[in-house]
Amino acid sequence: MSTVAKHIETQKFPANEVMLDLVDLKKIYPTPKGDYVVLEDLNLQIRKEEFITIIGHSGCGKTTMLSMIAGLNEISGGKITVLGSSIKGPGPDRGVIFQSPSLMPWLTTIDNVMLGVKQAYPHATKKQKEDICKYYLHKVGMDCAFNKRASEISQGEQQRVGIARAFAIKPKVLLLDEPFGMLDSLTRGQLQDVLIDVWNKEKITAVMITHDVDEAIFLADRVVMMTSGPKAKIGDVLPIEFERPRTRKAILEHDDYYKYRKHLIDFLEH
Amino acid sequence: MAILELKNIYKTYNPTKEDKGEILNNINLSIKEGEFVAIVGFSGSGKTTLVNLINGLLKPTEGEVLFKSKIVEDTSHERGVIFQNYSLLPWLTVYQNIDMALQEAFPKASKQEKDVRVKEYIEMVGLTHATNKRPKELSGGMRQRVSVARALCMDPEMIIMDEPLGALDALTRGNLQDEILKIWERNKRTALLITNDVDEAMYMADRIIPLKPGPNATLGPEFKVNIARPRNKASLNDNAEYKKTRNEIIAYLMDLGDEQAAGNDSHYELPDIQPRDYRW
Repeated sequence: MSTVAKHIETQKFPANEVMLDLVDLKKIYPTPKGDYVVLEDLNLQIRKEEFITIIGHSGCGKTTMLSMIAGLNEISGGKITVLGSSIKGPGPDRGVIFQSPSLMPWLTTIDNVMLGVKQAYPHATKKQKEDICKYYLHKVGMDCAFNKRASEISQGEQQRVGIARAFAIKPKVLLLDEPFGMLDSLTRGQLQDVLIDVWNKEKITAVMITHDVDEAIFLADRVVMMTSGPKAKIGDVLPIEFERPRTRKAILEHDDYYKYRKHLIDFLEH
Repeated sequence: MAILELKNIYKTYNPTKEDKGEILNNINLSIKEGEFVAIVGFSGSGKTTLVNLINGLLKPTEGEVLFKSKIVEDTSHERGVIFQNYSLLPWLTVYQNIDMALQEAFPKASKQEKDVRVKEYIEMVGLTHATNKRPKELSGGMRQRVSVARALCMDPEMIIMDEPLGALDALTRGNLQDEILKIWERNKRTALLITNDVDEAMYMADRIIPLKPGPNATLGPEFKVNIARPRNKASLNDNAEYKKTRNEIIAYLMDLGDEQAAGNDSHYELPDIQPRDYRW
């Protein structure tokens, strides 16, 4: 539909720098009227410890792509590799934070985080495991509710617990699907800071879908723009060259900020 | 005349405890027929609990919810709800999800009338191409649009929205705000919007009431939005009244946030241990 949908020469990096490699990725959902091609010829390399944000119109296939990286959605064509090996299903090397909270409603917040921690730290003592849970629940502002069941807290709070659960296992790759969409702007800002903090400290590679252009710029090393489906692919990639650590205020006042912002909004509006 | 009244509402999920207002504490609210009221609040302040009390899914621990002067005992299609998490039936198509709501609201309408109406609302939310898809084949934003169409097609006397547009992209969000306003205005309906977006509240509502963060959430002072309709997003930014009210509300919310943050100075240590090394 747009001129930006022309083929973009995707940047290639030396193999030893690449964490995630999406090669000619294709996704087809079969329908009674024939195959619906969601993604086609999608190529993207993500370097180790990079922070990538992905924007695109609703329904273009962002979640489909992310869930394929997570190993939760079958690959119809092409391949995805993590550190050079093709993925076969989900694994604890890739943590996922979904759009809506996916907690066990009958478990307390601590036990929900513990589910992941037990898998990732089988060698830790009980006390250490508990401390890990508490540390991350505190980080997301949920330390007042350690022993509340997921069903007793609001959706925004459940989302924060889900975020703590994903952080706690320190995955090599963190996949985030509009994790802050249902949070108020104040909480959102706090959690962005927590995310950057954890990402930076644990040397995680992060891939995050967002529909908030300001959030995309604030967090990312590169903002990846997806074309509208069907047959969505990478439309454009915008490197964000602000130094880290970044503060919101300094970025807003930076001369390049509105240039970046305009670039992204122009892409979305065409 | 008040169409909806909340009188001294207390709510706890744990009635054995002393604190009867653990979640909501003495909520009083009166909404006039034809009014558009927005409630803004942080996550975890009890917004969804409040909505569920009004739509009849929950009962207050103490106090009364009155709709058209009758106590709310159950859900009703007179009060259409747009939920935060869409709440569509996964085994039905877009068409069937909406058609089902219509059958409940207009059992006597002919098949053809219903068909026209379903298609009209699907078109309104821009999903004609997805009419026969099931929710799992749709993106989050598209699912929420189905949910909006489902609530509005029943032409409810009161439209209740629980952070309906939070997960949508800015473009879709703006379109749906306008569609909701159009229906509210055309049919002289009453609307209650729960949101965490002050700009959304300012654009849509006559009155904005903050919900102070829980536990023991209460309503804060109300802010009137004295801006003529139809409002224009582009020119709102230059409207002095808009800026003034917006700044007042944001200042109030920021103060609340600071109070809450100041109350938390606990500290937790992260043990020095790494996850098991995974080999692929």
